[in-house]
Amino acid sequence: MNWKRAWIAAAAAAPVIGLFAWGLTRDPNNIPSPLPGRQAPPFALAVFSPGQAGLARPVGDTVRLADLKGKVVVLNFWASWCLACRDEHASLSQVAATYEGQPVQFLGVLYNDVPDKGLGWISEMGGQSYPSVDDPGARVAIDYGLYGVPETFFLDATGRVAFKNTGPVTPGMVRLKVDSLIAAAQASAPAAAPAAPSGDTAVPATKGGKAQ
Amino acid sequence: MTTLHATWRSALSLAAACVIAGHAAGAQAPDLPAAPRNAPQDSGALRVQVQGTLTDAQKNDATLESATKSVASQLRCPVCQGLSIQDSPSELSQQMRTVVKEQLASGKSQQQVKDYFISKYGEWILLEPQAHGFNVLVYALPALLVIGGAIFIVVIVKKWTAAAPATSGSAASSDDDAD
Repeated sequence: MNWKRAWIAAAAAAPVIGLFAWGLTRDPNNIPSPLPGRQAPPFALAVFSPGQAGLARPVGDTVRLADLKGKVVVLNFWASWCLACRDEHASLSQVAATYEGQPVQFLGVLYNDVPDKGLGWISEMGGQSYPSVDDPGARVAIDYGLYGVPETFFLDATGRVAFKNTGPVTPGMVRLKVDSLIAAAQASAPAAAPAAPSGDTAVPATKGGKAQ
Repeated sequence: MTTLHATWRSALSLAAACVIAGHAAGAQAPDLPAAPRNAPQDSGALRVQVQGTLTDAQKNDATLESATKSVASQLRCPVCQGLSIQDSPSELSQQMRTVVKEQLASGKSQQQVKDYFISKYGEWILLEPQAHGFNVLVYALPALLVIGGAIFIVVIVKKWTAAAPATSGSAASSDDDAD
């Protein structure tokens, strides 16, 4: 009789313990984003930090995602008040510089910050090779489902979110993602891709058909 | 019958929308035939003027304000612990509230605005999980436990009450025996 009761109690407790045990295996800070695999939300944001050398874009220039079709886009949300952004800044800036001339666009997006402070931070950190844009009202950040900074989105040449990284990126990871996305773009567009960097107009036409 | 009912309901809501919209339009245009061209049926008073930015009238619109509150209190603040964006003072929450308000003002229904945030942040953004799939457990389990507990108590009490007369009877008989 007592054994029977013990079994019933154990059977009742087992699912609860199981549920808690399963809960312990999950990281509460890791919230899955629904964006990877989907078309990236469009944006048109003004450059406030031009970037350096071949990657530079003039201040005030509007960067539109639609104009970047055919390029792999690395979208890095950052802020001058963000400590973790300091960790990734140098490596991200250096890696971006090595992709000069390739169909890749690195873009910083300032999140809940003032462009002047952003510029101060960039000069304090020793420069940023790629341009940064301002996102007033965090509209684009919300459109990308941002939780905090730094978060980095890797968009493929068709404008689809391929991968999202929460927290600081490492140079190896950025290279791996960007290289694989460039390779995928070249494999899927064998005729148009190697022709010229100005082939942007031709690429979206073929990609548009493929995306549907 | 159902179509008649639906027609009546839509007619009623349209009339209500006209009354509220006319009221909102206030003194400037009392004679306006106040049927809003592209107002949604479920929130008739929200009239669409500008996409993206709010007009002064919309900023002071009480109906829009209460609809914004209603949606904002159902959405989780991404940078807080267990707070809605309505209750959170964080910058991101304020910005998200603005987005909610603008989308409502542009004619989206409350559900459409929630769906927008779900499409960006996943269902995590809802403070209360939606009742489908695995989530149904959250709503069903308490009810099942209450019902199961009630049945358990009934069964146990019946067992006790059935056992009690028998033991008292046997006790009495043993007493009788002793006597």
